[in-house]
Amino acid sequence: MQKKYFQPEMETMPVEEIKKIQDEKLVKQVRYVYENVKYYRDLMDEKGVSPDDIKGTDDLYKLPFVKKDDLREAYPYGLLATDIRNCVRIQSTSGTTGKRVVAFYTQNDVDMWEDCCARAIVAAGGTEGDVCQVCYGYGLFTGGAGLHGGSHRVGCLTLPMSSGNTDRQIQFMMDLNSTILCCTPSYAAYIGETLREKGYKPEDNKLKAGIFGAEPWTEEMRRDIEKTLGIKAYDIYGLTELSGPGVAFECEAQTGMHINEDHFLAEVINPETGEVLPIGSKGELVFTSLDKEAFPLLRYRTRDICVLSREKCSCGRTFLKMTKPLGRSDDMMIIRGVNVFPSQIEAVLLNSGYEANYQIIVDRVNNTDTFDINVEMKQDDFTDIPGAITKKEKELQNAMKAMLGINPKIHLVTPKSIERSEGKAVRVIDKRKRLGINV
Amino acid sequence: MAVRQISIFAENTKGKLDLITSSIAQAGVDIRAMSVADTQDFGIFRLIVTEPEKAKEALESSGCFVSITEVVGVSMPDVPGSLAKVVRILANNNINVDYMYAFITVSKKNASVVLRVADNEEAERVLTENGVTLLEEKDIANM
Repeated sequence: MQKKYFQPEMETMPVEEIKKIQDEKLVKQVRYVYENVKYYRDLMDEKGVSPDDIKGTDDLYKLPFVKKDDLREAYPYGLLATDIRNCVRIQSTSGTTGKRVVAFYTQNDVDMWEDCCARAIVAAGGTEGDVCQVCYGYGLFTGGAGLHGGSHRVGCLTLPMSSGNTDRQIQFMMDLNSTILCCTPSYAAYIGETLREKGYKPEDNKLKAGIFGAEPWTEEMRRDIEKTLGIKAYDIYGLTELSGPGVAFECEAQTGMHINEDHFLAEVINPETGEVLPIGSKGELVFTSLDKEAFPLLRYRTRDICVLSREKCSCGRTFLKMTKPLGRSDDMMIIRGVNVFPSQIEAVLLNSGYEANYQIIVDRVNNTDTFDINVEMKQDDFTDIPGAITKKEKELQNAMKAMLGINPKIHLVTPKSIERSEGKAVRVIDKRKRLGINV
Repeated sequence: MAVRQISIFAENTKGKLDLITSSIAQAGVDIRAMSVADTQDFGIFRLIVTEPEKAKEALESSGCFVSITEVVGVSMPDVPGSLAKVVRILANNNINVDYMYAFITVSKKNASVVLRVADNEEAERVLTENGVTLLEEKDIANM
């Protein structure tokens, strides 16, 4: 049976009631965190805030912010709020200098996360009669696990494809009549192109919807994907630190993503001053988890710039909506769905004996992100044999792959040839901007 | 005995080749032999010139990345079979040639080639023993 909402009682709850639930949950979550996580207790004590000062969401501003650096500093167990024996899962994102961000989940945390993904799938028209092809990566990355769990919850037939091997993706898609496709938007576009090259028309597949996230994309890309695949394309947003995909999801209105407000409390702040901005202002998105057990987060700075809106949505959901991220307030890049920091690249170069003179060039060609790094050659590396240089490039590429999880193309270049403006090199050239992509 | 070769790193960018050749021209250095090893992204320009040090200085001052390698220079009569004879000697002595290239011929009597091998002294020894004439840097300057 076609359902409009996965959990209608929450998703269409009057705004005043959402606020009431958030007030209650926040008070409990803050006390829980204060009592169970020394790292937070110290942060709050330092700021002179006690759990008693938090009587509802209006007091949220009193709490200290938490940043990605805090998560790395507390790696691996420093922010864990429950006994490790209560945890059933970890997921992880890459970090700098070998330190990753590891998020823990109790069964309740997994259930909540999967519910959020199920809401996204139902909002995209998913029912138990659907065949949901998940080609986000499976493993430590949250994309695969999240949509996989959500698909089970909805009762779809789940195709756990993971990423890559496009021919096999297409074979399963056509032979098993996939109706919902979950992957990064660039991979969806790539699958669409490949289908077209193989002579398939949009009406030849049974797909009706796609749930695409984990990287920046544009409205133009959305229309292209919708046309090539003959589907309606939905955006999804999330962070491993908070759970994974499904923190916010798009409905049929396609005018922003509804934040699952019964689980996540959103604010927008001025990234320079930390000042909370009124709804409708552009600023950095900050999230507070409301009912997490293993890895709760208070006022976590996402570094994503966006705008929130509380306008009534034609889909009937009352949850706050966020725009697609309009940029970042730090230097993180998202390349092929993977988070990459220049500091990680610097760390690899220094470890490999190179000077940190480099330039990252990111572009999108044929719907795939290209990732090139120019590195100034060491004096001794240059001989008259080209193979010796390509070998050094390959070695450095392998070291980068180990740190970043994706393969850049390394180009060793003449020493001192990388442009410097006033002594400081221009580190990143993101040519995807020319496509209107918010990077 | 070995001859110095200068190698110049040439990224596949606009104007790079022009920069290399004009730097050498301005230094007033003559090119005697030349070869380019190319990959998709970069090339390595290898030159035998009349004044290697002067060329290196000029290239470096215009921002080029230069290294100097010693190679073996061989002179032989410009008749069919000469190169085959040289190569056969090396093969018989298990000397592997990484690469080789010819000089820009000025004499009608003799042809010259550059050989890049792992062990210059060993190559020079077996070639001399087999009556092959080796080139010295002063020969190159006087060509």
